[in-house]
Amino acid sequence: MAFMATFSYAKTAAFVQRAGMLAALAGAAFFMAGTGAFAAEPLPWQMGLQPPAGTIAEMADDLHNLLLVVITLISLFVLGLLVYVGVRFRASANPVPSKTSHHTVIEILWTVIPVVILVGIAIPSFRLLYYLDKTADTDMVIKVTGNQWYWNYEYPDEGFAFDSYLVDEEDLQEGQIRLLSVDYPMVVPENTRVKLLITGNDVMHSFFVPSLAVQVYAFIGRTNEVWIDVPEGGKTYYGQCNQICGVNHAYMPIEVKALPADEYKAWVESAREEFAMNETVPVLGEPETIVLASAE
Amino acid sequence: MSAHAHADHGAPTSFVRRWLYSTNHKDIGTMYLVFAILAAFIGGGLSIYMRMELMEPGVQYMADGHVWNVFTTAHGLIMVFFVVMPGLIGGFGNWFVPIMIGAPDMAFPRMNNISFWLLPPSFILLLLSAVMDGGAGVGWTIYPPLSSSSGTPGMSMDLAIFSLHLAGVSSILGAANFITTIFNMRTPGMTLHKMPLFVWAMLVTAFLLLLAVPVLAGAITMLLTDRNFGTTFFIPEGGGDPILFLHLFWFFGHPEVYIMILPAFGIVSHIISTFSKKAVFGYLGMAYAMVAIGFIGFIVWAHHMYTVGLSVDTRAYFTAATMVIAVPTGVKIFSWIATMWGGSITFRVPMLWAIGFIFLFTVGGVTGVVLSNAGLDVVLHNTYYVIAHFHYVLSLGAVFGLFAGFYYWFSKMTGYEYSEFLGKLHFWVTFVGVNLTFFPMHFLGLAGMPRRYIDYPDAFAGWNMVASIGSYIGALGAILFLVVIVEAFMAKRRAADNPYGEGATTLEWQVASPPPYHTFDELPKVK
Repeated sequence: MAFMATFSYAKTAAFVQRAGMLAALAGAAFFMAGTGAFAAEPLPWQMGLQPPAGTIAEMADDLHNLLLVVITLISLFVLGLLVYVGVRFRASANPVPSKTSHHTVIEILWTVIPVVILVGIAIPSFRLLYYLDKTADTDMVIKVTGNQWYWNYEYPDEGFAFDSYLVDEEDLQEGQIRLLSVDYPMVVPENTRVKLLITGNDVMHSFFVPSLAVQVYAFIGRTNEVWIDVPEGGKTYYGQCNQICGVNHAYMPIEVKALPADEYKAWVESAREEFAMNETVPVLGEPETIVLASAE
Repeated sequence: MSAHAHADHGAPTSFVRRWLYSTNHKDIGTMYLVFAILAAFIGGGLSIYMRMELMEPGVQYMADGHVWNVFTTAHGLIMVFFVVMPGLIGGFGNWFVPIMIGAPDMAFPRMNNISFWLLPPSFILLLLSAVMDGGAGVGWTIYPPLSSSSGTPGMSMDLAIFSLHLAGVSSILGAANFITTIFNMRTPGMTLHKMPLFVWAMLVTAFLLLLAVPVLAGAITMLLTDRNFGTTFFIPEGGGDPILFLHLFWFFGHPEVYIMILPAFGIVSHIISTFSKKAVFGYLGMAYAMVAIGFIGFIVWAHHMYTVGLSVDTRAYFTAATMVIAVPTGVKIFSWIATMWGGSITFRVPMLWAIGFIFLFTVGGVTGVVLSNAGLDVVLHNTYYVIAHFHYVLSLGAVFGLFAGFYYWFSKMTGYEYSEFLGKLHFWVTFVGVNLTFFPMHFLGLAGMPRRYIDYPDAFAGWNMVASIGSYIGALGAILFLVVIVEAFMAKRRAADNPYGEGATTLEWQVASPPPYHTFDELPKVK
C-alpha cells in the first residue's frame, strides 16, 4: 500500500478535473444528461452513473468520468481512421495498392502509447481500489445477510435485527418505488463510516447499492466486509440483489435510509422495541466497542 | 479398405456413408455450420422472447422469475457452446485449416467425426435440461450453491452438466486434431511463419481449448459428485467453498471468451487483406499478438470475481494483468487499419462485416478496459454494462466474424454466388439492430440495472424498450440471412474459383469452387 502514496495525487486529481471539463466538450456529457442532481434512485432515460453518495462513490465517479473521456476518444479515433481509409483508399480513388506491410516505428508507437495510457488509468484506479479496502477505521457495524429472497440487517452493537422484504406492488404507498422500496429499510447515521459485514444463508446473493458504490457477494461460509459513509441530506438510496439467486432474484431490493445523528438515535430506540422479538445478539448493558479482525 | 476405394475419389453416394460416417473435413465442416445455424435460431429465439418480456416493466409473457432464469441459462450456453464454437472452430476451422496449409485432410479424420457427432446429443441434453424438472435456472456460469442440490434439486442441472461434459469432450478432441494437423501436415515450404493468420488463430484457439476445457470438466464433475454422491467440494457445511468453483469456472471461462474471438480475428485478417489487395500489415506482430492474447487469457480469470471478497492485492494484480490485454488487442486493431491504409479497397459484403467487426470490437474492448478496474467494478459488476460489453465483443464481434467468414467463403464452400444486394441488406439491418439492442444497455448498466432480472424498476423502461425494438430488427436480419442462403441456392449463379482477384492469396482460392472431395491430387508447393 505504501507505494501508492508515492504517486502525486494532486496532479492526477487536477488531470481528472480537466478531463471532466473535456468530457463536457467532447460531448461525453451526453452520457450524464438526464441524471437529476438530487436523486438517489435510477431515473427514466438515465445515461450515466447514479449521483455518487459518499467518498468511495465520488472517487469511483471521478474515475469513470476520466475513463469515459479516454474510451470515447479512442473509439472516435478508430472510427475516424476507418472512415478515412475507407474514403481515401477506396478502389476508385486508389486503384493501385501499395506494397507496404511493415513499418517498425509505427508498430512500436502503437504498442507503447497504449501502455502509457493504461499506466495513466492504473494510478487513479489503484488509489480507488486501496481506498475501498480501508475497512479498519469505521465507527459502527451492520451485519447484512442475504436469504432467498430478503435481506436481514443486524445491528450487533444495539442488539437487534430485522428482515427486509420487498413491498408488493398492490401495497405500495405514496412515494414508494415499485421493485425498490422495502418494508423495513436499513437505516444508517449520516456522516458515519459504517462497516458492513456481508454474508448469506443459502445461495449466492450480491449486496449492491450503486449510488453508494458498494457491491459484494453474500453467501454462506464467508463473511465479506465493505464500508460506506453516507453523506448528509436524509436521502434514501436504493439497490438490488445482483447475483442470480432463484425465482425471486428480481424481488429482493435494498433500501438504505440515512438519518441525522439524533434521528438515528431515536430510530435505534424505537427499533429496539419493535424488533425485540428478533434479538439475535444478547443486549449488553452498555454497548461495548466490538473490535473485529481486519486486514489492516 | 481395398484398392478399389483408393481408386475412387468421389464422395460416397449413400447419405449415411457420406454424412453419418463422414471422415471428410469439408463435409464435417459443413455439418458443423448447419448445426451452428440451427442452434443459433434456437438460442437467438430465446433472446428475442426475453427482449419481449423486458420490453415493458412488469411480467407479461413468462410464468415467473425461474422461467426467466432458465431462458438466460439456455441462451448463454447455446450461444457459447453450440453456435459460436461449432461455427468458427468446427465449421470454418475444419473447412479451411487443412486447405490453407495444403493438407489432404485433418490428421485424425475419424476423431473429427466423433467430435462433431458428440455435439447433437450434447445439445439434446442441454435442451432437456431446460425443460425437465422445471429446468436449470442458474445462469451460464452455474455457480453453486444455486446449482447444488440445495439450490436446484431435480435432474435438470445434472443434464446440463452431462451436456457440458459431452461438448467438452468434443472440443478437446477437436483441439487435439487441429494441433496435430497444423504441426504435422503443412505442405513443404509452409513454415509456421508463412502460415495464414486464420491457421495461427486456430492453433492458438486449439491450445486454449486443450488447456481450459479440462478444468471446466473437472469443476462440473465435482459439482456432479456434490449433487449426487455426497461430496462437499463447494459446500461450506462440509468444508468446501463455492469460491473454488468460481475460480475453476473462470479459469476455463476467460480463455473461453478468447476461444470464441480468436478465430474471428483470423477471418477478419484474411478479409481485410483480400479486399484491400494488400498483404496483412505486420504479419508477425499479428500472429504473436494472438499468442500473447492466448497466454494472458489464462492469467486474468479473477477479474470476473472482483466482488466475491478477494484480497485487495489480488484484485490489484488482476486489474493490472487485465489491462495488459488491451495492448496486443490494440496492435491487432491498428494493424488491420494499417493493412487497409494504402490499399485499393472494395466494399463487398464480407468486407462490410469485417470493418463493422473492427469498430464494434473496439467499442466492446474499451468498455472492457473500464471493467478491468476492480475499484470501479463495484458499481458495474453484473449490471447491464457488462451485458453490453460482452455482447459487443461476442454478439457484435464473434458473430460478425461468423457472418464475415460465411460470406467470404460461401462461394468457395457451395460453388454459388450469393446476391450482393441481399448480403448488404442483411449487414445493414443487422448492424442497426444489434447496435440499437446493445448500446442502450451501457446506459442501463451505469444507472445500476442488474442482469438476469425478469422485471425492473420503472425508471429503466425507456432504454429497455429501445433495446427490445433493436432486437426485433436484429431478428429481421436473421431472417434475411436465411433469404440470402435460399436465394443463392435457387439462383445457382456459378462462382469463380477465385472471385476476389489478386488480393486473395491463400491456398483455398487456388482450388475449385467448391473444392473436390479430395482437395489436392498432389501437395501444393509454397515458395
